[in-house]
Amino acid sequence: MSKICIVFDRIRSEEKLLQKAATELGHDTSMLDAKVTQVNTNSKKNDFDFGDVVLERCISYFRGLHFTAFLKFLDIPVINEFEVANNCGNKMFMTLLLKKHNVPTPKTYFSFSKDGTLENIDKIGFPFVIKPIIGSWGRGVMLIKDRDTLDAIIEIRELTDGPHDRIFYLQELINRPPRDIRVISIGNQAIAAMYRKSEGGFKTNIALGAKPELCEITNEMEDLVANASKAVGGGILGVDIMEDEERGLLVHEVNNTVEFKGLAKVTKKNIPKEMIEFVLNSIRK
Amino acid sequence: MNCPECDAKLNIPDDALTGEIVSCPDCGADYEISKKDGSNVELKQAETVGEDWGE
Repeated sequence: MSKICIVFDRIRSEEKLLQKAATELGHDTSMLDAKVTQVNTNSKKNDFDFGDVVLERCISYFRGLHFTAFLKFLDIPVINEFEVANNCGNKMFMTLLLKKHNVPTPKTYFSFSKDGTLENIDKIGFPFVIKPIIGSWGRGVMLIKDRDTLDAIIEIRELTDGPHDRIFYLQELINRPPRDIRVISIGNQAIAAMYRKSEGGFKTNIALGAKPELCEITNEMEDLVANASKAVGGGILGVDIMEDEERGLLVHEVNNTVEFKGLAKVTKKNIPKEMIEFVLNSIRK
Repeated sequence: MNCPECDAKLNIPDDALTGEIVSCPDCGADYEISKKDGSNVELKQAETVGEDWGE
């Protein structure tokens, strides 16, 4: 019997399912709220109830990332590892890794100021998609069809002026059916997939109301997901795929701390059980 | 337990965990269970959705 610690900052149904799966597999669990945990440079492993391995499940990306950095400092095994969280949390880092590892991905342009972005647009043309480099659930992902809309976005970014507002992530608009595919990848293996059907807009996030529908995993998808997972460092991931009408499957995103509530509704696979088994196997290697 | 905001009755399931969010059915305010010991439950205001929240 092993002990798994789930680090969280908000208990969602996913965290409850993961705890239940661990218990059903005969393992102990501890639940650690990162919000009320204090650490320091003299902290020792025994100061905390980290068990044998930690599953990091914070809903706040930066909270989870920095907590993972601390776990790494203490040499505590954690899924996902710090490097994986860092790679996936930043869309620019993630896209560059996909391209570097020859994973088919939409053509993406980067610029680092208003002027650089306007010059970039002269090359790209309209329409295109702009995404914040940090963010989830489709927030801030916008289809830009003309110069007026782009000017408005740039003006808002200049007003808010957060450090990430100066990084412009611009992506070609893909000709595809009004859906994308979310694949849960565990240890470089695609274990379950669903179509996420848009409710009319071009975004397909479940958080925005897209409808989940079971998707059969093909050999092509298996290979694609394995390569995408390896590109960012492996672990437990959500790989998002679009079906380009000409080029076929393209990976547009790899997500850390993956949510699976929508997929659990349509698949027969026991996703939390597979996740827990992977986490525990990771310390037996 | 009643909602600290509007005094409506909050429905807190017996199997609710510390860290779980409960919403007031009347005013919609969200609370996080900060402590739970049997039927004794302590609540605090839930964090609002952050820019970095999600997957």
